[in-house]
Amino acid sequence: MKEKFDAIVVGAGPAGNAAAYTLAKAGLSVLQIERGEYPGSKNVQGAILYSDALEKMIPDFREDAPLERHVIEQRQWVLSKDSYVGAHYRSDAFNHEPYNRYTIIRAQFDKWFSSKVREAGALVICETTVDHLIMDGEQVVGVQCDREHGDVYADVVILADGVNSVLARKAGFHGEIEAANVALAVKEILFMPEETIQERFNIGEEEGVVIEMIGSITDGMMGTGFLYTNKESLTIGVGCMLSDFKTSPNRTSPYAMLEQMKRHPSIAPLIAGGEMKEYCAHLIPEGGYRAVPKVAGNGWMIAGDSGGFVNAVHREGSNLAMTTGRVAAETYIEARAAGKPMTEATLRAYPEKLKNSFVMKDLHKYRDMPQIFHHNKQFFTTYPDLVNDAARTMLTVDGVDKKTKEKAVMSSFRKARGLPGMFGDAFKFWRAVR
Amino acid sequence: MHIVVCIKQVPDSAQIRVHPVTNTIMRQGVPAIVNPYDLFALEEALRLKDRFGGRVTVLCMGPPQAEDSLRKCVSFGADDAILVTDRAFAGADTLATSYALASAIRQIGREQAVDLVFTGKQTVDGDTAQVGPGIAKRLGLQLLTYVSRIVELDMDAKKIVIERRAEGGVQVLRTAVPCLITMLENTNELRFASMPSMINAARVPIRRWNKDDAGIEDIEKIGLKGSPTVVSKVFGPTPRTEKAEMLAVEESSLRDVSLNLIQRLFTRHPGLEQQLLERSDA
Ligand SMILES: Cc1cc2nc3c(=O)[nH]c(=O)nc-3n(C[C@H](O)[C@H](O)[C@H](O)COP(=O)(O)OP(=O)(O)OC[C@H]3O[C@@H](n4cnc5c(N)ncnc54)[C@H](O)[C@@H]3O)c2cc1C
Repeated sequence: MKEKFDAIVVGAGPAGNAAAYTLAKAGLSVLQIERGEYPGSKNVQGAILYSDALEKMIPDFREDAPLERHVIEQRQWVLSKDSYVGAHYRSDAFNHEPYNRYTIIRAQFDKWFSSKVREAGALVICETTVDHLIMDGEQVVGVQCDREHGDVYADVVILADGVNSVLARKAGFHGEIEAANVALAVKEILFMPEETIQERFNIGEEEGVVIEMIGSITDGMMGTGFLYTNKESLTIGVGCMLSDFKTSPNRTSPYAMLEQMKRHPSIAPLIAGGEMKEYCAHLIPEGGYRAVPKVAGNGWMIAGDSGGFVNAVHREGSNLAMTTGRVAAETYIEARAAGKPMTEATLRAYPEKLKNSFVMKDLHKYRDMPQIFHHNKQFFTTYPDLVNDAARTMLTVDGVDKKTKEKAVMSSFRKARGLPGMFGDAFKFWRAVR
Repeated sequence: MHIVVCIKQVPDSAQIRVHPVTNTIMRQGVPAIVNPYDLFALEEALRLKDRFGGRVTVLCMGPPQAEDSLRKCVSFGADDAILVTDRAFAGADTLATSYALASAIRQIGREQAVDLVFTGKQTVDGDTAQVGPGIAKRLGLQLLTYVSRIVELDMDAKKIVIERRAEGGVQVLRTAVPCLITMLENTNELRFASMPSMINAARVPIRRWNKDDAGIEDIEKIGLKGSPTVVSKVFGPTPRTEKAEMLAVEESSLRDVSLNLIQRLFTRHPGLEQQLLERSDA
C-alpha cells in the first residue's frame, strides 16, 4: 500500500500553504503534513501581513481572510531609558482600498489559508511530524512520518518546515544554524477593548498603527522591538540576536527584556490595562543574504524560514515565505510539464527565479547589514542615547542660548564616538542600508 | 454489526476566554475540537468493531466546519461520516438536537440497521448530558448511561452486559440490543491513527445531510422553534481574590498553629485586631 503523490509539502505556515495551494490549483496531487494540532497552532502571534504576496495567489483574499486592521500609520522610535525620538508617517493614501498591509493573528490567518489549500484539493494532515526524508541514492523520494506505516512518496518534496529545519540538517542539506544568524523574539498579545485601542492610537475602526523600536529596550544587543494594533488586542514584542543573548553581560533573558520594555514610560501608557492573552517565543532567521543555504537539490526544494528567507530590516518574513513557496511550486509545475526529471539540474531553476525577484534582490541589498550591526553595537546603544539627549537639550527652555546648546550636543556626540568614529559609523551605516 | 457514534464539535474549553468587559465567551480564534467525552464513545465503538466486525458510522449535527471533527473520527477508524447541517437547525437546545439526531439515526438505519448507538457522557460546552437519553427515548432504545465497561455482547442473542457508574458503586446491567450507551470518561485510551488512515480521512467524502436528508418530519421540533429552553441569565463565578494559604501543622503544637493562624488573620485583615480590642474594652 505505497502512497505516492506528485508533491509532498512539509509544514503549513505561509511558505507551505503557498506551495501546497499553488500545486493543488494546478491540479496536482499534493500531501501537506503539519506537526501542529492545526495549521497555525504553532504560530499564535500577531503579525503584519503584506498583501502583495498573497494577492498573487488569492486575489480576492480580502473577502474572507481574518484580517485585523489595515495599517495607516507607521511610527519609528529611537529610545533611551526614559524617552524616545520618533518619526511618524501617516497617510490617507493607506486608507484607500485595496489596502497594502494588515495586522493579523497568525493562528487564525494560517487556519484560513489552510482552508483555501484544502478547497484547492490538497490533502492536509495535521498532528503528524515528518521525521526523515526518504532517499533513493542522491534523490529524495518521499518522507517518513511519526505514525505507523508512515512512509509516503512523491516526485518532489518541498520543505517549508520553518526556521532551524531539522529535516534539512538531518539530510545534510544544511549545517547547524549559527547563533549569530538567528534572532530570538518574544511577543505577547494583550487584550484591550476596541474603543480603547482606537482612542489611544488615534485611529478609526479597522485602522491600525505599527510602531518599530530601536535603542535602550534591547539592553545593548542587536535587535528591535515592535507594537501592532489588532482589532481587540495589541501585539508587543522584542527580538535580539541569539548570540547576543548568550554573551549578554547582564544575562538578560528575552522575557525580562519584554517586561522591561513594557515598563518603558513611553510604552507603558499605550498598553496599560491590557490583559495578556498569549505569550510566545520564536526564532527568526536573520542572517540575510549570506546565510541563505542551498535551497534546491535532487527531488527537493526549501522555502520560507527554512531557507533563511527573511528581510530583518523591514521585518518581512511571511511575504518572502509565501513568495518562495509559490515559486518553488511553479518551478515543479513547469519542470513537470516539460517532462524533465526532478534532478538538481532541473530544480536549480528555483533559486534562479528567486534571484530575479524582490526576495533575493532585497536580501542582497542588505547583505552587509548583519555583519556591520553585529560589530557596531553603538547603533543600538550610544546613538539612541545621544539622539534622545540632544532632543532633550534642545527642547528644555532654561535660559541657556541655543548656540551653546548646539555646541553641547555636538560635543556630546564627539566625546562619545570621536570625529573619525562618527564618520566611520556614517559610512558603515550607509554601507549597511545602501 | 452497525454502530452509530454521535459526536459534537465544541470549542476547546482549555483555550476559551471570557471577555473581561462584556463577560461573554470569546469564541473567536478558539480552536474547535471533538467533544473530549465523545472520543471515549468512539474508541469503545471501534473496539467492538475490532472484536465483532461491522461498521462504525459517526454522526454530527453542526455547522459546515464540523466536518473537520468528523474527519478526525474517520482517521481513528470510523467507516462513514455524516454531517447533519442546515440553517433550520440553528439555535437548537438539547430537546431539538435529540429530535434531529434521532431522525438522522432512523434514516441511517434505513441504509443498514443500527445495533448500537454511542454518545459521550456529556459535552464540555453544555454539560447537560441530555442528548443521549433524548435520542434513546425517541428511538425507543434501551438506555445505558455512564457506562464504564462493556462486559459482554452477544449479537445472536441480542444481549449486552455492561458496568455503569452509579451513586455509591458500580451497577452491572444486562439488557437487549439495540440500545444506546453514553460512555464514561477515562474508560479506554484512544488509539493513534496510522498514516494511511490519516490520508484516508483527509480524502474521504463527508456526507452532508440537510433537514430533508435527515428525514425531519416536523420542522416545528427543530432549531430555535423546537427549543423551549430559555437562558434567563448568564453570570460568571465570582473570582476568589485571595489565595488560600496552607499552614504547616505537623511539626508544631496546636497552640503554635492557633497563634500562627490568628497572626495571619490579623495581617490579612488590618484593623481587625483593633476592632476586637475595642469591642472587648467596651
Ligand atoms: C516574533 C516574530 C514576529 C514576526 N513578525 C512578522 C511580521 O510582522 N510580518 C512578517 O511578514 N513576518 C513576521 N515574522 C516572520 C514570519 O513569522 C516567518 O517568516 C514566517 O512565519 C515563515 O513562514 P514559514 O512557512 O517558512 O514557517 P513557519 O510559519 O514557521 O511554518 C513552519 C511550519 O512547519 C511545521 N513543521 C516544522 N517541522 C515540521 C516537521 N518535521 N513535520 C511537520 N511539520 C513541521 C511547523 O509546525 C510550522 O507550522 C515574525 C516572526 C517572529 C518570530
